[in-house]
Amino acid sequence: MVRALDRKLLRDLTRIWAQALAIALVLGCGIMVLVGAQATLRTLDLTLAAYYDRARFADVFTTLKRAPRFVLEEVARIDGVAQVEGRITTLALVRVDGMAVPATGQVVSYAADGAVLNLPILRRGRMPLPDRLDEVALSEPFAEAHGLVPGTHLGVILGGELRELTVTGWVLSPEFVYALGPGSLMPDDRRFGILFMPDRAVAAATDMAGAVNQISLRLMREADARQVAAELDRILAPYGGTGAHDRERQQSHAFLTSEMHQLSAMSTYAPPVFLLVSAFLVNMVLGRLIALERPQIGLLKAVGYSTREIAWHYLKLALLIGVIGIAAGWAAGFWMADGMIGLYAEYFRFPFVIRAANPSALVISAALALAVAALGGGRAVWQSVRLPAAEAMRPPAPALFSRGVLDRALEAMRLRQTAVMIARSILRWPGRAAITLFGVSASVAVLVMSYFMFDSASLLGNSIFGAANRQDLTLGLTEPAGEAVLLAARALPGVLKVEPGYAIPARLVNGTAERLSAVQAHWEGETLARLVDDRGREVALPPHGLVLPEKLAQVLKVGPGSWLEVQLLAPPRETLRLPVTAVFAQGLGQEAHIAAPALFAALRSAPQVSHLHLSLDTSARAALDDRLGSLPAVSGLIDWAEVERQFRTLLRENLLTMVTIYTAIGMMIAVGVIYNAAQILLSERSYELATLRVLGFSRHEVAFVLVGEMMLLTLVAIPVGWLVGTWLAQGMVSAVSTDIMQLPFAISRRTYALAGVAALVAAFGSVTLVRRRLDRIDLVSALKSRE
Amino acid sequence: MTLPPPAPPARPVFRAEGVTRVYRTGAVEVRALRGIDLDLYEGEMVVLLGASGSGKSTLLNILGGLDRPTGGRVFFRDTELTNASEAALTAFRRAHVGFVFQFYNLVPSLTARENVALVTEIATTPMRPEEALERVGLSHRLNHFPAELSGGEQQRVAIARAIAKRPDVLLCDEPTGALDIATGAQVLEALHSVNRDLGTATVLITHNAVIQRIAHRVVVLADGQVVRDEAVTDRLQPADLTW
Repeated sequence: MVRALDRKLLRDLTRIWAQALAIALVLGCGIMVLVGAQATLRTLDLTLAAYYDRARFADVFTTLKRAPRFVLEEVARIDGVAQVEGRITTLALVRVDGMAVPATGQVVSYAADGAVLNLPILRRGRMPLPDRLDEVALSEPFAEAHGLVPGTHLGVILGGELRELTVTGWVLSPEFVYALGPGSLMPDDRRFGILFMPDRAVAAATDMAGAVNQISLRLMREADARQVAAELDRILAPYGGTGAHDRERQQSHAFLTSEMHQLSAMSTYAPPVFLLVSAFLVNMVLGRLIALERPQIGLLKAVGYSTREIAWHYLKLALLIGVIGIAAGWAAGFWMADGMIGLYAEYFRFPFVIRAANPSALVISAALALAVAALGGGRAVWQSVRLPAAEAMRPPAPALFSRGVLDRALEAMRLRQTAVMIARSILRWPGRAAITLFGVSASVAVLVMSYFMFDSASLLGNSIFGAANRQDLTLGLTEPAGEAVLLAARALPGVLKVEPGYAIPARLVNGTAERLSAVQAHWEGETLARLVDDRGREVALPPHGLVLPEKLAQVLKVGPGSWLEVQLLAPPRETLRLPVTAVFAQGLGQEAHIAAPALFAALRSAPQVSHLHLSLDTSARAALDDRLGSLPAVSGLIDWAEVERQFRTLLRENLLTMVTIYTAIGMMIAVGVIYNAAQILLSERSYELATLRVLGFSRHEVAFVLVGEMMLLTLVAIPVGWLVGTWLAQGMVSAVSTDIMQLPFAISRRTYALAGVAALVAAFGSVTLVRRRLDRIDLVSALKSRE
Repeated sequence: MTLPPPAPPARPVFRAEGVTRVYRTGAVEVRALRGIDLDLYEGEMVVLLGASGSGKSTLLNILGGLDRPTGGRVFFRDTELTNASEAALTAFRRAHVGFVFQFYNLVPSLTARENVALVTEIATTPMRPEEALERVGLSHRLNHFPAELSGGEQQRVAIARAIAKRPDVLLCDEPTGALDIATGAQVLEALHSVNRDLGTATVLITHNAVIQRIAHRVVVLADGQVVRDEAVTDRLQPADLTW
């Protein structure tokens, strides 16, 4: 048996369904972002944990020049080490049908007699037989991209020799969830793949029999990864160890955690905006509803309902709206999580996905939504239910206007009276105008905060492709070589210009702060691959000392004038002490930079080259590709036009999806606010507006009073939203920046314009909906009924 | 003191021929007007008398272009209003009709002067708002908001607003209904002087029979029909009314 009062509640809700829905949807947006991002995070977390566990993903990793296998026994004796796996890895070029330039393959050996760590998970076919030298299992994304089904033959240049291998199966590996080729900015399944081969086969091809060049460890539960890594480095120093690191510095894992970090930032930044707006909306709508219900409140009191019962009655209405918001938000959140996981699956390859919601996010979001509804409704309820019964049953006193300075200003402006009505309405109820203004500016701010990411990314892109990397091709050399290699490269077909590049892995140490990184040498007058900051401005290299990206300098706690210990982790393996001479903002990359003469003077050696930057005559490209395919000295290549194309495509595709979603969400706020504000305005002033019609004002002229006020507030709110959005975007930049990538802060005029236009459209659309009611107003009955 | 009878009426401002108005609310059918024939002349002041539900307001609304008849025909001078479009009725009200209502219908956010200006801004040959307010004796209250005025003052602002555009007809629905005797008399005085000085044809609804004494003619409605239509022979000044 539903109580009469509850029946009234449900009828009230049906009466204001459109307004209630508008609030619930705004509330739902906040919940959606929170629940969706958290469910995605939780899914990624659980999936990763299960995947890592099943594939026995290692805890500590290191690469070295070459060590005999028996070193593994010594490594196994390090305190805290549970399991050790040694293997051989090298780069190879893979000839694929339909690609002029060979793809880069990372060959990874695995112990055919029983690998213990980083197990590839077989997805199709079988693993190569232990004693076969010509069989290979491919990483699934690469094989899939080229349709390399088991049984296909593949030309691979490995160890300077072209070999024909047979594909036996497809695998996925926890080390390559995010598989980034050397020098790449994002995964490219067509141009980079992992080739798993039995250790005998790889050893034979690379002349590494009885040796390893990569070691992974699994630690005991209580082991200290840092200590183990230090010990490992000590043991491997004679063998060309390049520095051990834990999972945090493992490329695939680092990208995954960086992505999860950004997701988590999003889930903390967006929801509060929505929740706050909804609280104000609930307050506004409930306040109006209760104002209309004053006589009924008086009546309820007169017949004996207590203040508490009445307050609870109206509070339930607010809570009901909250519950609708929660239901909508949860449903949309799961839908969003589904979509995001699908999106991630394009870049992150998992053998399985364990879908999960984050129960605490569900509980927290529900609690927040109910609190917001109760808080928003509470004030309105309290103000009305306090009134004594007799007073409540009388209509409220008419709004009192009085003349002030502003009125004289209005007079001086010689406005039409309908414009004066708008101005007075805003001045008379500044609180309500402020809520509308705040809501619309929140909508604009959310849009600015969402769109600016693309400005930043595109600025970063311009810096990377327009300013930093103007070369057509970068060739990686198998071994660093003297500068004579430049002449050899210049002689390749179609090469117009060659510039040298040199990078060496290094551990940078400042007291207890240290970082595995690399030192990059730069030659004076380089024009192809330049050192630029996140806005594409060239960074001038001082003749001496290191130049560090800000983030790296922060980690190492150094600044200009400090000294750094630089332990080179490749030949000549020296430890240098170098001054830091400058720090600059860099978007992508965490290496230390130095002028080539300074580095090689410190090393007392002739300049070395580890990679070559080429500028090409594109008409001779086919001939060059042909030559490169058979050059053993070349271990990999980066085609910059291709990298840029990928980057821009990714940005464009994301742009379309994300702009659509964000625009919908941002506009939702504006719709919720303006629709409700206009609805309230109409209900309060229908009498006045009907009078205007009676006096001979046309529909358009009367609608001006309603539409004009809403659009005026929207117009004022837009610049406020721009300001707030800019401020939020600044917070967002630092929140989403990771070790791997720092977004430069940039907001384009297009972003501001788009956000403003979206708010205007949303506001105009919602006020037009309400205007239709104004047009249909019955003049005679509107004049008869005074609230 | 009694007033002389009006000069012989020139030509009708309004002509209603067999006007009916039926309201349907759900299954219920209310016949508010059942065939009204009525002429209203230039310069005339007519009082519409009748009990609640007799159809006075319905007739006034139809004459004023706020409502359309269900049957019959209505003319304003030579223009037929019967099936005029919404826009045409709006233009008609804007150009020719001044309304005064029981509850004043002032815009609370506009001062007395601004409430009048609201109308003068959209009229073709209006008087200045100050002049209109002076006519109703409110020169000293120009910058007051409705909430700062008494009921009688508010109603006089409404009258000023109605006459400021120099309308051809003034339609007043119970203008003194919410007022006490003294203030009611002031409001009637204002209407009376407008009719006298500007020659505006005025229709005044009331259910207070005493008020008929200030009119040229009284038309009594009952149950949607005209039951009496006669000239007032012994007119009084509003100040002389007692009720």
